[in-house]
Amino acid sequence: TEMAVRDALNSAMDEEMERDENVFLIGEEIAQYQGAYKVTRGLWQKYGSERVVDTPITEMGFAGLAAGAAMNGLRPVVEFMTFNFSMQAIDQVVNSAAKQLYMSAGDINVPMVFRGPNGPAAGVAAQHSQCFAAWYGMVPGLKVVAPYSAEDARGLLKAAIRDDNPVVCLEHELMYGVSMPVSTEASDKDFVIPFGRAKIEREGSDCTIVTFSKAVGMALEAAEELSQKGISVEVINLRSLRPLDRDAIIKSVQKTNHVVSLEEGWPHFGVGAEIAGIVMESEAFDYLDAPLERVTGVDVPMPYAENLEQSALPKAFNVVSAVERTLARQM
Amino acid sequence: FASEANATFDLTTPHETHLCDGPSNTSTATKEELLSYHELMYIIRRMEITCDNEYKARNIRGFCHLSDGQEAVAAGLRGGITFDDDITTAYRCHGISVARGDTPSRVFAELFGFSNGSSRGKGGSMHLYSKKNRFWGGFGIVGGQVPVGCGVGFANKYRTKGQWPSTVSVVMYGDGAANQGQVWEAANMSKLWNLPNILVCENNKYGMGTSINRHSCNPDYYKQGGVAIPGVRCDGMDVLAVKECFKWAKEFAGNGNGPLFVETVTYRYHGHSMSDPGLTYRTREEVQDIRQNRDPIELLKSKIMDAGFATEQELKEKEKELRNYVQDELKAAKEGQQPPLDELYTNIYYNEEPEFTRGTEMHRSRDLRAQQ
Repeated sequence: TEMAVRDALNSAMDEEMERDENVFLIGEEIAQYQGAYKVTRGLWQKYGSERVVDTPITEMGFAGLAAGAAMNGLRPVVEFMTFNFSMQAIDQVVNSAAKQLYMSAGDINVPMVFRGPNGPAAGVAAQHSQCFAAWYGMVPGLKVVAPYSAEDARGLLKAAIRDDNPVVCLEHELMYGVSMPVSTEASDKDFVIPFGRAKIEREGSDCTIVTFSKAVGMALEAAEELSQKGISVEVINLRSLRPLDRDAIIKSVQKTNHVVSLEEGWPHFGVGAEIAGIVMESEAFDYLDAPLERVTGVDVPMPYAENLEQSALPKAFNVVSAVERTLARQM
Repeated sequence: FASEANATFDLTTPHETHLCDGPSNTSTATKEELLSYHELMYIIRRMEITCDNEYKARNIRGFCHLSDGQEAVAAGLRGGITFDDDITTAYRCHGISVARGDTPSRVFAELFGFSNGSSRGKGGSMHLYSKKNRFWGGFGIVGGQVPVGCGVGFANKYRTKGQWPSTVSVVMYGDGAANQGQVWEAANMSKLWNLPNILVCENNKYGMGTSINRHSCNPDYYKQGGVAIPGVRCDGMDVLAVKECFKWAKEFAGNGNGPLFVETVTYRYHGHSMSDPGLTYRTREEVQDIRQNRDPIELLKSKIMDAGFATEQELKEKEKELRNYVQDELKAAKEGQQPPLDELYTNIYYNEEPEFTRGTEMHRSRDLRAQQ
């Protein structure tokens, strides 16, 4: 069957709320308005105002309040209308949620989820178009996942809600409406995707592309184009950024001897930089036939004008040329 | 007769109220109760003074915020609420932690960074906790604990499905934090959702070195709820005023009447932290005046003596005994050791360890799969 990513997320929350009374949703416009992006549609009608809680526009307040509720035994799923607004609450995410277990030497854990659309959207300019993978991916104590497909969305969000730690779930607004096949296995009420295990979306032997979220689709597109030219590309969908599946990256590079990282976020201190670090610092380095190349968003705030916005983001042709360049180079 | 004796006292300073009747301005207490406050407050005082000495002897490092002068707030809270209620506070948390059932020895050990400390040496002075006694810390970020503590109350109401009476969640912050936007964010939601939360501004007159009239346009912190949330101001130097205030507040918030602001007017003898002598923004005379005329322990002792519950000599004997107790606790703390190095890597995630934790150098990383 086919399922939109939005519905995959919705069904994941619905099933987990049904399974565990301690799971509740909290955020702006998630109940009566049905969600700014309709991800929580219908859940207020089903579970009522006690478990689907509309908040004032106070990110710091409700993120902190949810952290306190989690410390005291509940399992809040916090929706940030977009992750751009989570910057108002980042102290609560990092200082209250992520570090609590460590500071209390294991006494107090914080089982909760922060979720919402992340990354560049369309035509909304600098303050509403940004990837937070590197920001949250850096923080010990957090787990960070970024679904690409409908199956990813279901399995990762369900696992996040069941996890005993704070989990950041970075969804992609532009994927919400995309329908994708969902297997019988992934339709199961207990379908969870373990964190720290990347998915090989496409096997290949000449070059590895490591990516996550919506960019996985771009990588697959590039891989298809490259296959026409006789180049076999392996596409790794990280799924989880923390923990990060180092082994999958290393093993794939050992096989293909070439690697390109791909992300929509900024290059500086980004996910690609971390992947480069892993490759440099591991046995994968000895297998490289060319240096890693990064394909990233441009190092500028997101412009509004459509032509500028499109130029600020990586495209499949960038991936194709990066792969070709990598394969042409000799160390 | 002796242990059952009780007496009624007029509060030193009457409560001030906002949008509510507020608590009684008299307080009845037994001899036993008053002596237990004296014991707790004196232990906290000696503990903080001992911390000061140990800090100066370089046995304690980092930030260290002492609460001597504010003991009546901790003790009055203990009298006014129960161990089923919740407390969340800021970084000046040694006294509250002991009032909440922890021992001076575990606090000292935590400050030494020893594994016999309250947080096994992983939290330090600002991060003391006790989940079993419903003490949620211990927050180092000014104001950050306020939404969190309100969320603790949210969970209580969620679980009881709004059945009253319920337990209450006491959320404490200083006058400096009172200006933080998130205090209002949390209060607003507490009122909208009728949460059994008591937001307590422990007003010690200075946010670090900035006096209340330099940092708040409205220093009447009990009126911080504006037209919507009632409040009470109590004399935070009078343990009985604090107790009456919290007893009443628990009754109010715990019976579904919504959240409250409570302001306890108090004073800290030490500077903001150990790096602050505390005399550049206030005068030596001001501190001296409070010590001589408003000291919470001396005020309590006068009440005990006035009621004939103990003589000055008896209280002196008791204090000597308590000084020895705190010294023994210090000794016990010093028998501890720094945590084993392996503790660096534990408690990052609940009941699980990351397969890979990057070390200072790649080859010093902790790779559980490689070890298998």
